[in-house]
Amino acid sequence: MENRPLEYDYTVAKMFMLTTIVLGIVGMSIGVFIAFELAYPGLNTIFGKTIAEYTAFGRLRPLHTDSVAFGFTVSGIFATWFYVGQRVLKVSMAESKFLMFIGKLQFWLYVAGVAAAVVSLFMGYTSSKEYAEFEWPIDIAIVVVWVLWGVSIFGLIGIRREKSLYISIWYYIATFLGVAMLYLFNNMEVPTMLATSPIGETGIGSWMHSVSMYAGTNDALVQWWYGHNAVAFVFTVPIIAMIYYFLPKESGQAIYSYKLSLLSFWGLMFVYLWAGGHHLLYSTVPDWVQTMGSIFSIVLILPSWGSAINMLLTMKGEWQQVAASPLIKFMVLASTFYMFSTLEGPIQAIKSVNAIAHFTNWIPGHVHDGTLGWVGFMIIASLFHMAPRVFKRELYSKGLMAAQFWIQTLGIVLYFTSMWISGITQGMMWRAHDEFGNLAYSFMDTVNVLHPYYALRGLGGIFYLTGFLMFAYNIYKTMSARPVEESELQNASPMGA
Amino acid sequence: MDINTFSAYSYFFLIIFLVVGSYSYIYHLYKNRKDASGVDYEHYSNMALKDDIGDAPVKPMPDEKKK
Repeated sequence: MENRPLEYDYTVAKMFMLTTIVLGIVGMSIGVFIAFELAYPGLNTIFGKTIAEYTAFGRLRPLHTDSVAFGFTVSGIFATWFYVGQRVLKVSMAESKFLMFIGKLQFWLYVAGVAAAVVSLFMGYTSSKEYAEFEWPIDIAIVVVWVLWGVSIFGLIGIRREKSLYISIWYYIATFLGVAMLYLFNNMEVPTMLATSPIGETGIGSWMHSVSMYAGTNDALVQWWYGHNAVAFVFTVPIIAMIYYFLPKESGQAIYSYKLSLLSFWGLMFVYLWAGGHHLLYSTVPDWVQTMGSIFSIVLILPSWGSAINMLLTMKGEWQQVAASPLIKFMVLASTFYMFSTLEGPIQAIKSVNAIAHFTNWIPGHVHDGTLGWVGFMIIASLFHMAPRVFKRELYSKGLMAAQFWIQTLGIVLYFTSMWISGITQGMMWRAHDEFGNLAYSFMDTVNVLHPYYALRGLGGIFYLTGFLMFAYNIYKTMSARPVEESELQNASPMGA
Repeated sequence: MDINTFSAYSYFFLIIFLVVGSYSYIYHLYKNRKDASGVDYEHYSNMALKDDIGDAPVKPMPDEKKK
């Protein structure tokens, strides 16, 4: 052992790659199922009325959102961190027994936390705050996992050989700090067991049910400051960390402009935190907060496009790689979807547009062209790049990867086009009235018109899920195939036919 | 000055500060091209491109001895 040259140790990265794939399958399958529940409500009771409580849309929806956001995406963030972190800091996890222990502890506590979250949400325990549904004991477990990740980040930085921190590290640190701050403040809650009723009764609540420490409009403000910045610090910032490492590495091209990456970083950090108010347009929050939310959302185009253009221009002079490599296709389309959804979001945040878009299907349409196109594609591409290097094997099938790319792209197109049409139709029908101000349509009129689009959305989901299963199979076969790569791989990932 | 007027003024001056700050940062980055330690910003891309454990760091830690 003493004489073996030092190598990067991907043990923890591999563990999180596994949860990325498993929780991706779980979250996306639930997503497809509930999409069809909206199109065909009979599915709510398909397994019998006695267990309808567990199969109804309301029970499953948080399981979908939480398992794709905090399961699939957060696992992907951890997996890539334990890969990228070592490499750009030029230090191996094998050099520190302590950091290796903390990494493994983080993984197992994360798995325990996920299990507790899944079971409790299935059983109906929820704090009823969107994307923050977990009850307080799970919140505490999540904080512990997050602190352990912080120990890993700063521990690895502490023993690094490379003095400067690569731009991806900045983004990972921002993810750590941003989520820590948001999660703590939005999940301030009190178990109802500790509450006293107006007539002085005590002990009438439950240990497993809590209420927010904020009330009414203040609660809504904190919730959407959290909710929108969960998009920022889970779906944007760490994904930019990934693309700034994996795209240059896979293509062999230096970042188009490193200076632009620094500038966009600070731009994103300053602007994103102010944009959450756009979720509360036309609500009871002060008008200036709403206007500020709109304005900062528009300004947000600049740093977002700064990063996205920087990524696309990284391929300057090397566009033939997009045609040749399905892996590069995933990343280039991911940054294109990033540009697309960071333009769509600000448009929806304009008050007059929001008057039509709010509460309609256009909103989940927007969310999904970001999450499926940008987040999903980038995590898939990152794992594809990592697989031959961590398993020391050629990727099982390039053909399967290319087929997956086109199937999933078609799925995304079906998803967002159906949701655009149905969202705008919904918004227009809700507003339509006759010359006396009577509403032209009832709620059921809109439901009937929207049915085909709901079915199309479900079909889009099936395409995307099918592609994801192909991805899981490709990675599984890569893991279990015979080893072929003896030396460290430089750029383009080797792929089987 | 009531709290609303105060927040309006602070909001306005915060925006001015952020605009001036970010444009100064752009000017600084593109005028100097190199950071305080004399490394061209664009060379930092090599931290990703040359990231084998045996590759030379772009900017080694001061106490890092030759292995």
